[in-house]
Amino acid sequence: MTYVITGSCIKDDACIEVCPVDCIHPKVGAPDFETAEQLYIDPAVCIDCDACVEACPVDAIFADFNVPEKHEYTLEVNAEFFAELSTAERTAA
Amino acid sequence: MDRARPRVAIVGAGPAGAFAAASLLRASGEVEIDLFERLPTPWGLLRGGVAPDHQEIKRLQDTFDRQTLERGCRFLGNVEVGVDVSHSELMRHYTAVVYATGAQTDKSLGIPGEDLPGSWAATEFVAWYNGHPDYRELEFDLSGTRAVVIGNGNVAADVVRLLTLSPRELERTDVADHALEALRESRIEEVIVLGRRGPAQVAFTSAELRELGHLDGVDIRVGRDDVELDPVSREWLAEEGTFTARRNMALLREFAARSARPGAERRIELRFLRSPVEIRGTGSVEAVDVGRNEIIRADDGRLRARAVDGAVETIECGLVLRSVGYQAVPLPDVPFEERSCVLPNDRGRVLTLDGEPLRGVYAVGWIKRGPTGILGTNKRDAEETVSRLVEDLRTRALPEPTDPGREQIDALLAQRKPDLVTVEGWRAIDAHELERGRSEERPRVKLASRDDLVRIARGG
Repeated sequence: MTYVITGSCIKDDACIEVCPVDCIHPKVGAPDFETAEQLYIDPAVCIDCDACVEACPVDAIFADFNVPEKHEYTLEVNAEFFAELSTAERTAA
Repeated sequence: MDRARPRVAIVGAGPAGAFAAASLLRASGEVEIDLFERLPTPWGLLRGGVAPDHQEIKRLQDTFDRQTLERGCRFLGNVEVGVDVSHSELMRHYTAVVYATGAQTDKSLGIPGEDLPGSWAATEFVAWYNGHPDYRELEFDLSGTRAVVIGNGNVAADVVRLLTLSPRELERTDVADHALEALRESRIEEVIVLGRRGPAQVAFTSAELRELGHLDGVDIRVGRDDVELDPVSREWLAEEGTFTARRNMALLREFAARSARPGAERRIELRFLRSPVEIRGTGSVEAVDVGRNEIIRADDGRLRARAVDGAVETIECGLVLRSVGYQAVPLPDVPFEERSCVLPNDRGRVLTLDGEPLRGVYAVGWIKRGPTGILGTNKRDAEETVSRLVEDLRTRALPEPTDPGREQIDALLAQRKPDLVTVEGWRAIDAHELERGRSEERPRVKLASRDDLVRIARGG
């Protein structure tokens, strides 16, 4: 299971601050932070704790089994974002 | 020596002002904040800009409320700084003044016919459908079957959706009643969207672009030729393109491969590498003349659209919405950088035009950095300005105001603005709108006239 960030994300960084495993990217200051249209959760790292859900001011984050139908495609988008550059690669950079 | 608690005026209660107030309250427990707003309602473009079919984003207002007004930050609405109270008066009453006034006008295209009736800034249409009291009297002619939207950013995407959503869907939103009535009668069947640059350079987020292809009863059309990339764009996308640009190209190719749905009530057509050269009509808009562009790499390495010689195509239409960006306007008695349309500033500390710090004056949001970024961008921006302000307070770099008492500014405002709207007034407006929303099964029914807003705020 994983949590997923949908297109309503406004790039408030409250989720990044509370994530215990640093799986939400890009982080403030990362090279692609400014151009990113939203933040993404790495499904390979997420530990399903729901801290980000509580922190999100616009309720943009859902558990994968609970994503509203119109946002289901975002599961693939979140995964695709990390397929290009994984959390491990991002953390090493 | 004892000093009074520092008092800070934030001018503009939009997202930048709200994030700044929240950040300042987090950083310093002893600061008193007054949040000035020229409208009777707070939260700026969150209320008046964010599209009514994007209600989830409007939930940010709960966070703003909890982190500002509920923590004692005062709301002073229906007061326009520069008109009702001057900059120098604020400086007499406050230790610091933070400008968060945003970018209140639109950029112009600079082409003939731009000001013909029927040619509007998209931001005027946005303010109208979102119930901004200064725009409710506008009358958009929706009796033609075709509209042209100029621009490829998220404001363009918003207005395209509002022009094509079915009345049934609009009814479930907090779109202004006057706009709902007008859009119900709309005869628009086709919206043509023109992008100056190519498909790889659109400024839509991929979430907004995808939405345009997934509206009920609305067909999306993209020409196959229009998604063929030129060599410059292909190289740029492979080497420098963003994740969003790659996703946008995949979406546009998917749209181009779709076949037309015969039963669709409305159509959206995206055309790229096109710039309007003239808007024509006798008395009002009848057509837009459009020229072709190509993408070149300029000397500074950036990609630019350049006009190519050749045939000009004519698109007949009755409505043009120009969406090529917001622009800030100068504020009375505060320096203004004409070229970039911002307050000259160093990380939020406002400077004179000679580059000297203007002590006690700060900027945040679009008036500080220009109209870029999304809502959350203002959070980091506000933190930067607030950390300068807190540092200046700590080092006592700011002179004491001459009339620092809260009762002194309150007396001035009572005299100048008897119809000032305070937080209690805003709570009354909010409750009234939400209650009407509940009875109509809508998220909210907005009051769109200043008189009604002020009357409800005063308990009427």
